[in-house]
Amino acid sequence: MTYSYYPGCTLKTKAKDLDLYARKSAEALGVTLEEIEEWQCCGGVYPQAKDEIATKLSSVRTLNSAKEKGQDLITVCSACHHVLKRVNNDMKTDEDICLRANNYLQLDEEYKGETNVIHYLEMLRDVVGFDKIKEKVVNPLTGKKIAAYYGCLLLRPSSEMMFDNAENPTIIEEFIKAIGGTPVVYPFRNECCGGYITLEDKELASKNSNKVLASAEGKGAEMVITACPLCMYNLQNNGTEHDLPVVYFTEILAEALGVK
Amino acid sequence: MQRIGVFVCWCGSNIAATVDVAAVAEAAKLEPAVAFATDYQYMCSESGQSMIKDAVKEHNLTGIVIASCSPRMHETTFRKTAQAAGLNPYMVEIANLREQCSWVHKNKEEATEKAIVLMRTAVAKLTLNQPLIAGESSVTKRALVIGGGIAGIQTALDIADAGYEVDIVEKKPTIGGKMAQLDKTFPTLDCAACILTPKMVDVATNDKITIYSYSEVEEVKGFVGNFTAKIRRKARYVDEELCTGCGACTEKCPSKKNPNEFNMGLDNRTAIYIPFAQAVPKVPVIDAKNCIKFKTGKCGLCATVCPSNAIKYDQEDTFVEENYGAIVVATGFNPIKLDEFGELGYGQIPDVITSLEYERLMNAAGPTKGHVLRPSDGKKPKKIVFVQCVGSRGQSCREKGYCSKICCMYTAKHAILTKDHYPEMDVDVFYIDVRTPGKNYDEFYRRAVEEYDVNYIKGQVGKIYEENGKVMVQGSDMLGNKQLTVEADLVVLATAIEPDETARSIGTMLTASMDTNDFFTEAHAKLRPVESPTAGIYLSGVCQGPKDVPETVSQAGAAASKVIGLLAKDKLVGNPCVAGSNPLLCNGCGQCANVCPYGAISYVEEEVRGPGVREVRRYAVVNEAVCQGCGACTVTCPSGAMDLKGFTNRQIMAEVDAICK
Repeated sequence: MTYSYYPGCTLKTKAKDLDLYARKSAEALGVTLEEIEEWQCCGGVYPQAKDEIATKLSSVRTLNSAKEKGQDLITVCSACHHVLKRVNNDMKTDEDICLRANNYLQLDEEYKGETNVIHYLEMLRDVVGFDKIKEKVVNPLTGKKIAAYYGCLLLRPSSEMMFDNAENPTIIEEFIKAIGGTPVVYPFRNECCGGYITLEDKELASKNSNKVLASAEGKGAEMVITACPLCMYNLQNNGTEHDLPVVYFTEILAEALGVK
Repeated sequence: MQRIGVFVCWCGSNIAATVDVAAVAEAAKLEPAVAFATDYQYMCSESGQSMIKDAVKEHNLTGIVIASCSPRMHETTFRKTAQAAGLNPYMVEIANLREQCSWVHKNKEEATEKAIVLMRTAVAKLTLNQPLIAGESSVTKRALVIGGGIAGIQTALDIADAGYEVDIVEKKPTIGGKMAQLDKTFPTLDCAACILTPKMVDVATNDKITIYSYSEVEEVKGFVGNFTAKIRRKARYVDEELCTGCGACTEKCPSKKNPNEFNMGLDNRTAIYIPFAQAVPKVPVIDAKNCIKFKTGKCGLCATVCPSNAIKYDQEDTFVEENYGAIVVATGFNPIKLDEFGELGYGQIPDVITSLEYERLMNAAGPTKGHVLRPSDGKKPKKIVFVQCVGSRGQSCREKGYCSKICCMYTAKHAILTKDHYPEMDVDVFYIDVRTPGKNYDEFYRRAVEEYDVNYIKGQVGKIYEENGKVMVQGSDMLGNKQLTVEADLVVLATAIEPDETARSIGTMLTASMDTNDFFTEAHAKLRPVESPTAGIYLSGVCQGPKDVPETVSQAGAAASKVIGLLAKDKLVGNPCVAGSNPLLCNGCGQCANVCPYGAISYVEEEVRGPGVREVRRYAVVNEAVCQGCGACTVTCPSGAMDLKGFTNRQIMAEVDAICK
């Protein structure tokens, strides 16, 4: 099980833990992650403008690198996953974007969305299997009430992301069960943390983040886990009314697998 | 050689402003077959038609070309004119100078050039026209109504009233449909059961009407005036003839925990059950999936207590075949499923319910005896939030693009009735727009706002969730320009309605066209609203589009009057423009029968003897009474044996030649 791996910029700077424990856990689970050489930023935000391809090119380069190696591409950061998956979808379904991107890039062979983009959580569920993970857990988080925070980027738009039911997602809850914890289901697990609005309007980001944490705390959560560095930032820095610890899901996975 | 007259119409300024009509008439005179040509302001007027008749006589014309509006508009008019002038009505061709020329062009010179070509095309076709004589077919004086809701009931009663036999086929164990489940009806608030159940009894006692309840139409063959339908009578395991409807079986049945469909699953029923007290027929049915006798072989209590030996565990589905002159589709609607609307919490939060469930909660014969009690704990709510347009007027694939039309009024009704019973209760309504046109409708809505103090909030709801035992409704208040989170005890979703799930298969069976939402299409959106484009098929109620009860009843009556008009005829004149196969060219390949949507083509085998030839040949034969003249077979036929009268291959080629000349 060898995959192309795309960490993304944040995982090399602010979210080193997300990256580190993703690699360690993968190794423990027998999955080989080969970091794409000379990868570039995914673009950060999926560009909505239909007539703009420049901001999508770096993603296409990454996708093409995976294609050249003949591997599926694994991502872990929610934002990178969102951008790569949607740009790939454009290359697959939007003839105009595909044509113009290829005209610009002049690759050896045209890229038409061939690469399969998989989020790390999907790999855990579909490739390794939650049952297998359960068997490999050495430090089960027994009794720990953990709230899964999905945010929006992993789930929406659901027709493109096809990650999980956008209104009632279950994948992270299943993950929590696999490592021995008790998932806490709370209504705001798929609401926005505020995202980049924190740069413009800190108060709004703060309101949103506090709402998420209040909702999780109200249902008895002792910890919140996320896959997104931006969610992590907002919940920690703007969700100041609550003391709930927020950690990356890869970190507790590594802890459960005994590789932290 | 034909002697053709060309009549160019101005259509006031509709054509004449863009097309030089005199030039078209002059150009016509140059055509070899044309003996007479003229133009006139309104050809369809009395004097225009007289002009045509006079010209036919004076110039001894054999056919006429009318260069005017679309044939959909006045072809029939001019065929009658030709007939009155002593011509065969099919010796008429229309050149469409209005919809296909003057209305779509601006440049007069170019439009005139095109008009001349269109005129020449019609002349070229008419040169090859043959007089056609329409055949006749008989009419079976019996109607089939599919669906026994208020639409089907009203249509059947009206047809029976005119003296014709009617059969109602209803798939559920009782007639009554959705209206039987309603509590009160807007805008007068009379109780639905009080006005519906007498009609149900009228249906049952009318000797012209036969009810096939718990039955489905399996197969329909034939054509207008002469349909044959095969009806499956599903085994209800109770003999309808013997049963007296005493209900002893339903009281003794030990399998009591089955969701009660009539009460929207809000309470339970027994495995042998009568859907509701006023059911027609009042004969129970055994739900075999939940019956202990069927599951384990042990029990049989109902048979033991039945005083009339009506319980028949060995009953099987039976079939009835009947002939009909007309078929009315009255298949109604269902609220959409809310599985795709996870954000609204339906199915997860017990106190989020649909409007139809709320109807049952308010109904005195419902699961709570008419008291509004929330499903989670049976307590009386203090605050109810109604959410309108759930699944209606949306643009995503999970939503319907149309307005379900009835929700604004029934939500206002729910709000008024709630406040009337419980003045202390707080009622909010989230809406996109309030749409209440109709007699006494807007007044009704205003009463909800002004007299009953119902709080209408313009905005949509984005999320419903539970918090501390309350149902939280998060939505926007667009007039206040703010986000709201309302704490409620009960939330009622005004769910969009969609055609019944059987509509699509019934439409296919009847070759009746449907739109992308599976509503049946009417023959003309304005002028023929209760007829399907397929002759002999009529539409009643919501199967054609969302409607409330008054509108459904009006439409049901209109459909009945159309059926009566058909059944009153002894003979139907057919369309002579039908396909025919030339046995000398046909090789019996079978492709035409494959594409025929009406099943009008069959094959015969005939021994052919000639000098040195003796063989059995297979060739196609068209049943002219069934053929609708669509022409699919003529373009499919690889050997050119199939031809459509009035639109022969030679005529079409002549038209193409005339255009290309």
